[in-house]
Amino acid sequence: MSADANNPVLDRSWSDPPGLIGWLSAINHKTISIRFMLTTMGFFAAGGVLAMIIRLQLARPENKLVGPDFYNQLFTMHGTTMMFLFAVPVMQAVATYLVPLMIGSRGIAFPRMNAFAYWIFLFGGLMLYIAFILDIGPDAGWFAYPPLAGPEYSPGKRMDFWAQLITYTELSGLLEAVILITTIFKMRTPGMTLNRMPLFVWTMLVTSFMVMFAMPSVMLASTALITDRLVGTHFYNPAEGGDVLLWQHLFWFFGHPEVYLIFIPPLGFMSSIIATFARRPIYGYPVMVLAVIATAFLAFSLWVHHMFATNVPELGKSFFTAASAMIAIPTAAQIFCWIATLWAGRLNFRTPMLFALSFFFILTIGGLTGIMLASVSLDLQVHDTFFVVAHLHYVLIGGAVFPLFGAFYYWFPKFTGRLMSERLGKWNFWLMFVGFNVAFFPMHIAGLRGMPRRVYTYPAEMGWNLLNLVSSIGAAILAVGILLFVINVLVSRRRGEVAGADPWGAGTLEWATASPPAPGNFAQPVVVASRFPLWSPGGVAGVVRGLADDRREVLVTSVLDAVPNHRAMMPESSIWPFVSAVAVTVLFVGSIFTPWAVVWGAVLATPPLIVWFWPKRKATQMNLEREVKP
Amino acid sequence: MNDTRIPSQDINVARLPTYVFGSHSMMWWGTMGLMLIEGTVFAITVVVYFYLRSHSQTWPVDPPPDLLWGSLNTLILLASMVPNQLAKRAAERERRQHARWWLLACLAFALAFLIVRVFEFSALNTRWDANAYGSVVWMLLALHTTHLITDTIDTAVLAVLMFTGPLEGKRFVDVSENAMYWYFVVGSWLPIYAVIYWGARL
Repeated sequence: MSADANNPVLDRSWSDPPGLIGWLSAINHKTISIRFMLTTMGFFAAGGVLAMIIRLQLARPENKLVGPDFYNQLFTMHGTTMMFLFAVPVMQAVATYLVPLMIGSRGIAFPRMNAFAYWIFLFGGLMLYIAFILDIGPDAGWFAYPPLAGPEYSPGKRMDFWAQLITYTELSGLLEAVILITTIFKMRTPGMTLNRMPLFVWTMLVTSFMVMFAMPSVMLASTALITDRLVGTHFYNPAEGGDVLLWQHLFWFFGHPEVYLIFIPPLGFMSSIIATFARRPIYGYPVMVLAVIATAFLAFSLWVHHMFATNVPELGKSFFTAASAMIAIPTAAQIFCWIATLWAGRLNFRTPMLFALSFFFILTIGGLTGIMLASVSLDLQVHDTFFVVAHLHYVLIGGAVFPLFGAFYYWFPKFTGRLMSERLGKWNFWLMFVGFNVAFFPMHIAGLRGMPRRVYTYPAEMGWNLLNLVSSIGAAILAVGILLFVINVLVSRRRGEVAGADPWGAGTLEWATASPPAPGNFAQPVVVASRFPLWSPGGVAGVVRGLADDRREVLVTSVLDAVPNHRAMMPESSIWPFVSAVAVTVLFVGSIFTPWAVVWGAVLATPPLIVWFWPKRKATQMNLEREVKP
Repeated sequence: MNDTRIPSQDINVARLPTYVFGSHSMMWWGTMGLMLIEGTVFAITVVVYFYLRSHSQTWPVDPPPDLLWGSLNTLILLASMVPNQLAKRAAERERRQHARWWLLACLAFALAFLIVRVFEFSALNTRWDANAYGSVVWMLLALHTTHLITDTIDTAVLAVLMFTGPLEGKRFVDVSENAMYWYFVVGSWLPIYAVIYWGARL
């Protein structure tokens, strides 16, 4: 299947306007997604720099590089950055690029809201880092337990910035969830029944639903924290009937599902990459889908396993132990399906595949220590030690970062039109793989030998010196690996091999259009008849005719079977999402300093939101001329 | 596609409508998504209420809120479903005149409700900074009020638009979805009312 033909009329109608105002008005999903990805990767780099300072400090005992106060800010910022500014949003960022292409649509649902979600995210992250540079960075840990994070033990504004960052990122994440669900349910090209949807789209659908149930919990929790700190409410104040464990329940009711918000999209990366490089469809598609859904449900019944060291009832702990062990079942089902796929495939060991395969090794180790930690007695023994640090990095880096890097290698040609260098890619992979294991494996042992988390230094006679030095060397190797990735991106963007529409011989629809895709994605939307339309004969059963090219018209189809229902007009590019995000930022930042900012901030933010919605006469006139009533 | 044995399944969509009402429209899904999120927020806040209650020796810590204003507001809110439904119906039949006036009626109800809401706050018999009980009661009422204000502004904007234009068919979809959101504001109030006023009495 060749890339479809040029269509200048279509390109013009889907292009964002030029110039600075045009840049701020951009709403094309690919433009916003690229910015979103770059921003999240920027925060990933910043979080990585913080981690390197931590590793330098811990490289030898009684080190004086940083003091305890700055160290507290370091690990809090590192955790907060990686969880809230990188791992969850980067998955949504990638999805807003790929999902519309994979489902054969010309656009994304609610594109202006998509732009707004991006700007809100950017401003929230910048606010946190500006605060950090001004020495008002949060310092009570990324999960901000009261009473430490409360007004009494964290005076000043540090934790208020943390609480507002949560408001920003969760608002952005929730909006993206609504956008993705609507896109996936209503904008699939004809013939793409739910049963033919690419597995990555399935994982994003499930993730988005999880976001909608998980993120409200942390938003409410952090709002209650900030009102405790600023206007004297008593949610977490035991002296006035509040309860500090309430925070832990609310936080982990979000926080454990969050691990799966980070982990489930990469399962989709894995399925895409493995299918392409094993050159066959994924074995057991229904099992894969059901396993992801089962994981999502189980993810909401695990949160108390973060609280085994508290006074929750013992019987409750047993339940959560069982649930924690049970989640291994759907994960194992998926791993076996991938192994079956690999077994029956003809493997092609390119860089994306190496990253995908490393998942099996690293995540399995993280999963095994996870099963160990699900046991209450063992958990109590290693609670708050480096064993837990090792476990969570094996799960998150193995389960998410390695597949994510594989995904970047895999879809980079789609984003830019050029392939990344294989040679640099191999170096990149092996340095990251070796560096990661050298850095994090010794932490298991350090933890078992009793080294606690979140200490800025340790005495020489504890017997942790060599382990820490090795970890720090490993971290440096890992950092060099990631630096090679950056170099590879910069070099390949200009000088990489030209990719063409489908450089890997892959089977899903995003490879049916040019690389990078034209502003309107598909000059000729197609009707599909299989899960891998580009692989099976007759997979592309026909084309969709009758969509206007001279305006932003998309086809809306039915939820289950993608039967064409109506044509919807997508909005013009607009600067008002950006202006609204600025106004909302004034509200959020202002409310850190005075509760009245909620009132005048809302007054300030309302007009831009109304102008954003208000229809233009010219556009309305044009729509009226071609209106077809239901 | 040079395989001629496979019959082409081209689809022509040129005659399909450019907007639709109800669950086929994207607006419906967007609104449902927001309702699901906000419903989750309300539900979790109610859980917080009972969690704190289960950790407290006495409940309510202060005297329970006066029933008058809250109950009056519940009646107003229930009554507002009538003009709301009529506005929705007018929109779905694309009767601009009807839609205009019923939207104004909705707005009148919303404003009445907001005024009584002020009295409700003053009749809670507790303050947000008195104790955890006061905090969660204020949180519940404040969260619901936020939704009320948002939807009041929404309704006002749509009402003005119905008078001034520019209008096209899909604006009636917006009116219809706005009505659905109002049902959510009403529907979520009933459990919150029960918790605030009767959770303190049972």
